[in-house]
Amino acid sequence: ARRELCGATRLGYFGRSQFYIALKLVAVAQSGLPLRVESLNTVKDLPLPRFVVSKNEQESRHTALYSSDADNPASYSGVIPPPPGRIQVKKGSVSHDAVQQRTSTDQQESTSPVVSPQQSPPTSPHTWRKHNRHPSGGNNERPLAGPGPFWAPFSEAQPGSSTSSDPIWSGHSPPPHQENWVSFADTPPTSALLAMHPASVQDQTTVRTVASATTTNEIRRQSSSYDDPWKITDEQRQYYVNQFKTIQPDLNGFIPGSAAKEFFTKSKLPILELSHIWELSDFDKDGALTLDEFCAAFHLVVARKNGYDLPEKLPESLMPKLIDLEDSTEVGEQTGEVGYSSSPAEAPPSKSPSMPSLNQTWPELNQSSEDTAIVHPVPIRMTPSKIHMQEMELKRTGSDHANPTSPLLVKPPDLPEENKMSSSVKFTAGNTVTDGYSSSDSYASDPEQIGSTVTRQRSHSGTSPDNTAPPPPPPRPHPSHSRSSSLDMNRSFSVTPGQQQAGVVAYPPAVPPRPQPSQGAGPHVHRPVDAEGLIAHTSTSPQQIPEQPNFADFSQFEAFAVSGVNKEEEDEIETHSEVLQGKGTTPLAPPPKPIRRRLKSEDELRPEAEEHTQKTGVIAAVLASQPSIPRSVGKDKKAIQASIRRNKETNTVLARLNSELQQQLKDVLEERISLEVQLEQLRPFSHL
Amino acid sequence: MASAVTYTAEWPVLVSIIFSPPQNYPLYIRSVPTENELKFHYTVHTSLDVVDEKISAMGKALVDQRELYLGLLYPTEDYKVYGYVTNSKVKFVMVVDSSNTALRDNEIRSMFRKLHNSYTDIMCNPFYNPGDRIHSRAFDNMVNSMMMQVC
Repeated sequence: ARRELCGATRLGYFGRSQFYIALKLVAVAQSGLPLRVESLNTVKDLPLPRFVVSKNEQESRHTALYSSDADNPASYSGVIPPPPGRIQVKKGSVSHDAVQQRTSTDQQESTSPVVSPQQSPPTSPHTWRKHNRHPSGGNNERPLAGPGPFWAPFSEAQPGSSTSSDPIWSGHSPPPHQENWVSFADTPPTSALLAMHPASVQDQTTVRTVASATTTNEIRRQSSSYDDPWKITDEQRQYYVNQFKTIQPDLNGFIPGSAAKEFFTKSKLPILELSHIWELSDFDKDGALTLDEFCAAFHLVVARKNGYDLPEKLPESLMPKLIDLEDSTEVGEQTGEVGYSSSPAEAPPSKSPSMPSLNQTWPELNQSSEDTAIVHPVPIRMTPSKIHMQEMELKRTGSDHANPTSPLLVKPPDLPEENKMSSSVKFTAGNTVTDGYSSSDSYASDPEQIGSTVTRQRSHSGTSPDNTAPPPPPPRPHPSHSRSSSLDMNRSFSVTPGQQQAGVVAYPPAVPPRPQPSQGAGPHVHRPVDAEGLIAHTSTSPQQIPEQPNFADFSQFEAFAVSGVNKEEEDEIETHSEVLQGKGTTPLAPPPKPIRRRLKSEDELRPEAEEHTQKTGVIAAVLASQPSIPRSVGKDKKAIQASIRRNKETNTVLARLNSELQQQLKDVLEERISLEVQLEQLRPFSHL
Repeated sequence: MASAVTYTAEWPVLVSIIFSPPQNYPLYIRSVPTENELKFHYTVHTSLDVVDEKISAMGKALVDQRELYLGLLYPTEDYKVYGYVTNSKVKFVMVVDSSNTALRDNEIRSMFRKLHNSYTDIMCNPFYNPGDRIHSRAFDNMVNSMMMQVC
């Protein structure tokens, strides 16, 4: 029956809100309070439903708990069905029977969403209240019998409030609820709360027969009242993270497929559905789940257990790189890579657009080259030498603004603000970088080729395989880490000094997995501020031929960086950047050239690298001119920023050119292959 | 003639079948359109012999992607059969309508590559047991989109 309820109303969206409502009802019932709509409002301190951690256990427990609350259900049910809201509440007795039915079903339902309540017990009662209010509030319109009315308000609310305030869910104080509660007689004023997923509402309205179904629907709708029904709340995420830790203590590590399989098999979903969930959540198709992938998978499992159908493709809010951000921007449109060539100032906002676009290119890339595609374009392309990778790193950092990936990189500056943004972002950045490099618009269709190219290149480089394999995890650990490029962005865009520093500091750790040389190369410009980074880089700098000149500068900075004073560091950076600028083009340019020749990759990279180094110098200058640095003159900064923008645009153009040329190369190789095959096929005939 | 016309109309533009070693039983079959499927099933099964023949002819372990693509296995009246084998001896067979001359060899290769990549993704799924029928929705979507492209 529970299943029916869950299934009846479903829409394929995770009825978190409904779930919360159910939980609240459970709490109320458990606490022995009369289950009335109003009671939900007033009883703010409803004891959290006693849920056991394990889903299965919870379910059994709930049923046990529920069975003990006979009275409350009755009163509870009375509260729920009021179509015109209050009217029914007053008439509670009328629908008692129905309510009782529902209550039982509600109870059953509340057991189902066991998982989420656990995570957010504190908020669930509140959310519940809210939800209850909404259903009743909006019921006026619907002439549905009992349960129906509940849905009406929701359905109406939904269209209007597509952007329901999910935040309300997570911990809004009861007052907001009450507000809705009161007004529920009238049209539900709180569109936010009522913002249920339109689809879900409609579907839910169809289920009117069972009162409990309505409740479930309400709960579901409320949960879907978020802007994005698939968004993971903080509590849920915390729960998922804890579960992740039980399997894999290292939050930045992977959960191997077999362990994940066992874990999710416990949810007792059919293997086919679990398989589909896996396909959706294993974004990089590597057979292991990162923290974000795991959370997405867990979320989908919970949704499915609540009766929501699995989506055909991963919802945006569950995408690995977006999960942590939980920004509305994430669910943004895809501006595509073109948008990135715009001025760097737009980089931060563009990061979300880039991500969606990059995400979309992901699947293709993933198919082609698993790790390589996902991890780093740099190592893939420049496999032959570490130095090459360094160059790429430099290029990336320098041109990240221009590149599609830059938005992602820019994002890291925001990371410090968002602790949630953990390595997943970085990971994404890595991926996006790949996308940026390998999947310009024209290449979106040829990920396979790229992948194959990458594969071939990979086989040639001794260092890249090592670097490519670990890359995803390394970025993770440092939420505040950002690529050096992003760091630049921070600086150039006057991000808060603190952020910048954090970004700078973060940068070095993010890079570690990549070949050491790249670390040294990339961060050398940005590192000045980062004492740790500097130290790390300087240690690795000797290994990098081209970077040596820069490293020398770094060592200077290190001395200053250690002091830990931003300003001091910035001063150093300033001088450093100047030095870099002075020597940037010269020392960096020649080293990249010889390095590139060794590389199998195209020669176009060379000019890009050179440009990159130049830009790096410019970036360093920009860094130096950060607002936080009192020394930088306003004019200089602007000029530098303008030049940076121009450089970034140039970078974007060059990157595209590069990718196009590579694509041409691939095409030519393919043609060659096909011609050879045809030749072979024709050979037998020639013998006849 | 009417039958012939209908016959051609019913010709699936594409039939993809995946066979798994060692018994070579099909893991996945999809044809567009779906009429006359059995005929193509028969064709594909018989083409397995050709595939095995080509594999054995290759002899040494050739891991290059080029060798994975077997090319045109044999042209029949009205349709051509292409083959592709992976390193684990999983065979992909594709039957294409001969009237569909727009299909270039490169396109066939790219289709096989996509099939291979999708198949690899399926293998990465811990919930998939090698040897099972493939029920993945993602895989279905990929194959559908691919076949729609050809049609």
